[in-house]
Amino acid sequence: MDFIIQALGYIFDPVNYLGENAILPRLADHLIYTGLSLFIALVVAIPLGLFIGHTGRGKNFAVAATSSFRAVPTFGLLLFIVLLNGLGLWPLVAVLVILAVPPLLAGIYSGIQAVSRSTIYSARAIGMTEFQILSKVEVPLAIPLMLGGLRNATLQVIATATIAAYVGLGGLGRFIIEGLALHNFVLALVGALLVMMLALVIDLSLAGIQKLVTPPGVATVLTRKATDKQPKILAKIAQEREG
Amino acid sequence: MEWLWENREMVMGLLIQHVGLSVVPIIASLLVSVPLARIARRYRSLRGLLLGAFGLLFTIPSLALFVTLPAFLGTKILDPLNVVVALTIYGVAIMVRGTADAFDSVPNDVLDSASAVGYSPGSRFWRVELPLAGPVILANLRVVSVTTVSLLSVGALIGNGGLGYLFTNGYQRAFPTEIIIGVVLTLLVALIFDQILLAIGRIVMPWDRNTRSPESSIQPDLFAEAAH
Repeated sequence: MDFIIQALGYIFDPVNYLGENAILPRLADHLIYTGLSLFIALVVAIPLGLFIGHTGRGKNFAVAATSSFRAVPTFGLLLFIVLLNGLGLWPLVAVLVILAVPPLLAGIYSGIQAVSRSTIYSARAIGMTEFQILSKVEVPLAIPLMLGGLRNATLQVIATATIAAYVGLGGLGRFIIEGLALHNFVLALVGALLVMMLALVIDLSLAGIQKLVTPPGVATVLTRKATDKQPKILAKIAQEREG
Repeated sequence: MEWLWENREMVMGLLIQHVGLSVVPIIASLLVSVPLARIARRYRSLRGLLLGAFGLLFTIPSLALFVTLPAFLGTKILDPLNVVVALTIYGVAIMVRGTADAFDSVPNDVLDSASAVGYSPGSRFWRVELPLAGPVILANLRVVSVTTVSLLSVGALIGNGGLGYLFTNGYQRAFPTEIIIGVVLTLLVALIFDQILLAIGRIVMPWDRNTRSPESSIQPDLFAEAAH
């Protein structure tokens, strides 16, 4: 516990905020890696996920790819790519993008797939175009699951950006790696606590956004399902009626 | 390949360490999350609190958790216990929600019927609830298994990473082959663990069709990604 108090003392001492190896520049590095990678990953995942979700094409491939990707040790992948491409921002960003795309993709296509078929048929029946169905029906209903995917991708990227300090890149992980190398446990704890706070703050803000943008109708359906005593039976009845 | 043959003893040792360090958290996750999930079903008010708490623990990046635990456990930083406890925390965080849902999906009518034909609360749990929730629990455990095996390699930074040592060593010696061997062996361990879990599922739950073919098995939670 002593160590934690010392580490907190370090974190809350403004002397350690600015300067070459201080908290704020490393926090900025961490945020740049995270933001840049997530942005690129979103540019890749959104069109692909919407296409797979709306058409159902390539779904088996996407499911297999996303679930088997879980088994790949990210640490090994990171060291391998950096070793081959040299140290720098772009090899790291490339690894982070590779890690972020599967959870994003999973959130997007499974969100759309979860929309009831009868809702989509109804939208088509009242004359909506395919694009309108996607943008006005499927996406709003899928928003909670899509943001769930974004939260997972973000956590993954923040965690891996931490490990990137091992290869000499910046970010809050530097404190941990330096602390371990110098046998300075307090310094390692400083890094650990800062990374935890960052992950927590970002995840909670995304959770807040998730609540805000969930359409009110979807929210009541979700809570009704959660409190339902016999969800399976009702779902079965609903399924039989549908099809 | 030549390198692998020359260093077979070291690689074998790391492989054994990897298996040992990941088996313990996988089993511990199962043993901890089933009672927790059962408590969550029994006491509705605790459910949100419990699931929320583990949701928060899940956000902690692995390296940060590895180096923070010694301050709480009183262990040395190089103690393997740190890695085992950290991976168990992640395992429970992944499993507890799915397991709670699995118990929730057992219809109350079934429980009432079981009581009516004379099951005591204890035997009703073991002979009715657990078997019915079993397939979903197994599906969650498979996710935990894969995640644990791949996440363990980060432990190499604090001296307990099993095959992860091949990553740090290969990087320091600028020898990519060693890293590739580490990745392939880690994937192999994950695959073998998964097959073992499926086989156990087939033996203890012969009534469950899902465990017979891996393709049709349920994806319990696509979002329980290996987020670390």
